[in-house]
Amino acid sequence: MPHDHHDHPHHDAPPDPMTERVRRLEAAMVAKGLVDPAAIDAIIETYAEKVGPKNGAAVVARAWTDPDFADWLRRDATAAIASMGYAGRQGEHMQAVFNTPREHNLVVCTLCSCYPWPVLGLPPVWYKSPAYRSRAVLEPRSVLAEFGLELPPGTRIRVWDSTAELRYLVVPMRPEGTEGMDAGALAALVTREAMIGTGLPKVPKRVPAGVPS
Amino acid sequence: MNGPQDLGGAMGFGPVRPEADEPVFHAGWEARVLGLTLAAGALGHWNIDASRHARESLPPAVYHASSYYEIWLRALEALIERQGLLRPDAPVPHPRRLSAAAVPAAIAAGTDYARPVAAPPRFRRGDRVRARNIHPRGHTRLPRYVRGHVGRIEAEHGGFILPDAHAHGRGEAPERLYTVVFDGAELWGPDAEPGLSVSVDAWESYLEPV
Repeated sequence: MPHDHHDHPHHDAPPDPMTERVRRLEAAMVAKGLVDPAAIDAIIETYAEKVGPKNGAAVVARAWTDPDFADWLRRDATAAIASMGYAGRQGEHMQAVFNTPREHNLVVCTLCSCYPWPVLGLPPVWYKSPAYRSRAVLEPRSVLAEFGLELPPGTRIRVWDSTAELRYLVVPMRPEGTEGMDAGALAALVTREAMIGTGLPKVPKRVPAGVPS
Repeated sequence: MNGPQDLGGAMGFGPVRPEADEPVFHAGWEARVLGLTLAAGALGHWNIDASRHARESLPPAVYHASSYYEIWLRALEALIERQGLLRPDAPVPHPRRLSAAAVPAAIAAGTDYARPVAAPPRFRRGDRVRARNIHPRGHTRLPRYVRGHVGRIEAEHGGFILPDAHAHGRGEAPERLYTVVFDGAELWGPDAEPGLSVSVDAWESYLEPV
């Protein structure tokens, strides 16, 4: 085969067009001194390994266990979250919105993909999808049903469309049956979806024996 | 602009399909596009509003046929072309090339978009306001689905860079930013889901008193 590259480690499939297109662009940018490949690696490593929804889960768990922190989070989310070491790009101006028995919060960006990176990491594909962006503001209850979330009919839904540089973190209600749990155990219950509003926290697996139902 | 990005209330895109245990990237090239976009942004030739405008300026058929990282890639290519950054006479290396050592600090710092505004706020919490019926040909962050509708000021956030100016090299032109809440029935009429309210964050010039 005349086009077979014998120095390439993979022989099973040719590079797909997007891989090739991006590789060519990066090569041109590197040759022009516009980007340093090591900087690209460092950016990728940050979002692949260091920043993610565990950060937001720690914020939520602390708000559940520390009323002073919860109050700070309500008044100045940017500062409260930064005090835990989560700050920077796409989280410069944070607002925490608290679910209540009367009102459930749901976050969307209908115009692009605005998302609070320092606390949730990069957005999942569904958050950026036209299906979610178009329907979250029009028929959120139907959208939530597709996530398996059925709210009581009397619960109001408040949708926050992230049209500016404010970034929203939903603070879900603390699940029942978690009274004895510390912040570390609670954080494990807080899912990414719970902090966007398309889900609720997990309920604790362990049910103590002898608890009346 | 009334472009393909302005999706609120559009129909026909099907169900939302969450993916269990979704990876951060679905292909190696997606990760490279993220890194290239952030590193190229650090060169200072364009800002976040110009980037968003480059993405929404893709032809609608291209926008809708592209994955999100493909949209980012196409916009990055367009911005590089517009700025002539790959032309033979462009200086090498670029004086503001982002080094690997500078990445953590750059990400941790982010960009502060708040700016002081001397004039007093035109609106107060609780005021009824109408989102103006405007159709700018350039970048704007006022989605179509609220234009012409009446909402209530819930919060005033101080001054922020105005994307409508910033995306087009017309300076920061800061204005006060408000969270405006709309009842579902105001936006969607009798077809609204009961108990729905929707808020947008709107710059002062997007709003008029009722």
